[in-house]
Amino acid sequence: MLQFIVRRVLLLIPVLVGLTVIMFAIARILPGDPVALAAGPNATQAEIEALTVEYGLDQPVWVQYGHYVSGLLQGDLGTSLLTRRPVAADIAAYLPATLELVFAAMAIAVLLGIPLGLVTAVWRNRWPDYLSQVAAIGAISMPRFFLGLLLQLCFAMWLAWLPLGGRLPIIVIPPPSVTGFLTIDALIAGDWTAFTTALSHLAMPAIAMSLSPLATIMRMMRSSTIEVMQQDYVMTARALGLPRRQIITKYVARNAVSATLTVIGLYFGWLLGGTVLVETVFDWPGLGLYATKAIVSQDMMPVIGVALVIGLLFVLANLVIDLLYGVINPKVRYS
Amino acid sequence: MTAPLLSIRDLHLSMSSYDGKAHVLNGIDLTVNRGEIWGLVGESGCGKSLTGLSISQLLPSPPADYMAGEIMLEGRDMLKLPRPELQKLRGNRIGMIFQDPTTNLNPAFRIGDQLVDVALAAARWKPGILDCPPGAGRSERKRAARKLARDMLERVGIPDAGMRLDSYPHQFSGGMRQRVLIAMALIGRPDLLIADEPTTALDVSVQAQILKLLKGCVADYDMGVILITHNLGVVAETCSHVAVMYAGNIVESGPVAAVIERPEHPYTRALMASIPTRDTRRGMLRGLAGSVPNLITPPPGCRFAPRCPHATAACMTGVPAPVRVGRDHAAACIHAKEPETAHV
Repeated sequence: MLQFIVRRVLLLIPVLVGLTVIMFAIARILPGDPVALAAGPNATQAEIEALTVEYGLDQPVWVQYGHYVSGLLQGDLGTSLLTRRPVAADIAAYLPATLELVFAAMAIAVLLGIPLGLVTAVWRNRWPDYLSQVAAIGAISMPRFFLGLLLQLCFAMWLAWLPLGGRLPIIVIPPPSVTGFLTIDALIAGDWTAFTTALSHLAMPAIAMSLSPLATIMRMMRSSTIEVMQQDYVMTARALGLPRRQIITKYVARNAVSATLTVIGLYFGWLLGGTVLVETVFDWPGLGLYATKAIVSQDMMPVIGVALVIGLLFVLANLVIDLLYGVINPKVRYS
Repeated sequence: MTAPLLSIRDLHLSMSSYDGKAHVLNGIDLTVNRGEIWGLVGESGCGKSLTGLSISQLLPSPPADYMAGEIMLEGRDMLKLPRPELQKLRGNRIGMIFQDPTTNLNPAFRIGDQLVDVALAAARWKPGILDCPPGAGRSERKRAARKLARDMLERVGIPDAGMRLDSYPHQFSGGMRQRVLIAMALIGRPDLLIADEPTTALDVSVQAQILKLLKGCVADYDMGVILITHNLGVVAETCSHVAVMYAGNIVESGPVAAVIERPEHPYTRALMASIPTRDTRRGMLRGLAGSVPNLITPPPGCRFAPRCPHATAACMTGVPAPVRVGRDHAAACIHAKEPETAHV
């Protein structure tokens, strides 16, 4: 088990090296002068050159890359040209917001998708199944930002149940930071007002992000459930008098979930990388918003940093999924 | 006289397919008493497995449709029972064992958990199988079920039964898994055991052990057994009675010794002749010409007639009724003779 984890973590190294190389190459290929942009419209040529030297951008690209990697090993992700702050500090500030959003969306998708998949498999080719099929196609095909706008129109403008955007209004005092997730920090602090406020802000962006994975997980769970229900051991369980409910919720569900796990892992990475649009629509102060601003101003250090962190999280998420396989499928655990 | 354990009368079953309705069981008659082991033999597709699955109605409907007949378990017609009543019979009145031990155990659960669940389900209608007082709590019943599971594993010959409860199916060999499945089928103390090709997927040496185990369990628990197989050797060795099936009919039935020594139906004779013996030379296997008829448009009259060497014009009209050819021995052939006139 430990050996497995170590091997998987070691596999991270080539992934991260590849990511940095690609990101560095892209940063050099892009046209324009980021230093000039950062220095502002009134900067003189001398000031721009001084800045270029200060950031080491006058040196050959492999020297820059070497500097970056040696800094990386000490936890230094470089400095943002725009904010003039260390990228690591910026990411530390924005990452929890994005993670909270992604985890909330994944929780909705998994907690609803798996039972719905089971139910539609059991009721297949009857009306709940057809209804869910239509809904799933709608959910997968609708762009997230458009869905976000629809939700805003409905729940913020017409019904006025939920706030339009943002994470926490200035008038609410944020709870002391423990996990960085406002909802959980508020619960830890026992601050009910902060919790409900944070939750009401989280709800719409999380729902907008969850629908596509929810639909996919549901369909995936449905098809693997149908497959599992045709297995011999299900026939044996029926023949020996196990109650139908127990067969489905215990024996079939566990076998069917393992096929769905892969999709869950992939979607986690997909959501992390795809928060940009939803964060923009809902003005959610996360990594996506941060990376967009950096890209627009050709500030490459934050872009590379964000890509690295997302890549790292994606690989870690899939490591967790692989470990979960072992929990669900004993055959994987022992071999 | 008490009702027999199982009595199937004139059972007709059809299965819908894209090509039409296949008349797969065409009037099955079978009576099984406690202590009897009935071998149900025939080639692939003759309906022997369907007969087994029909008894506890495990076939999805549609496509399956029971068109006529009755399946009486100690005098109660199971085809007329509502679903919940039928559910009560599975596991604690009727046990089943299937062919492939590698796919019939759930790979994701410890075998102890699977055995305990079956025992608890059976104990809902038959509390006596668990050794605990009435009104016992859930954890107490679970403990009793676990003890029963261990005893059953011991009974079917699994060493270190107590430890093996916590093993997963893939940690057992094929023969051991079949033993686990036998324990699972018998843990609810069924009166009738249906074993569908229980040894087909196993090595020949393991086959013999499993058959011996089954035979021992039948004697211990006073059950009736239907052993579905295509292997006449297994029947000769294990069964007390045999029913030979062809294309949805039982063509001959009776005590094993009588049927094997003096087969009266041409199909039974052909089956017997196809068994290779010591004297069979290499490359000289004797098969039966032709193949099983299409059951969507079955031949009129005797379904075996198109392949039968003795068929006459009379065979093509009307399904032949069973003719008594000996004590408890019957053959469904118009050429079969009553014992008085039989050419012995």
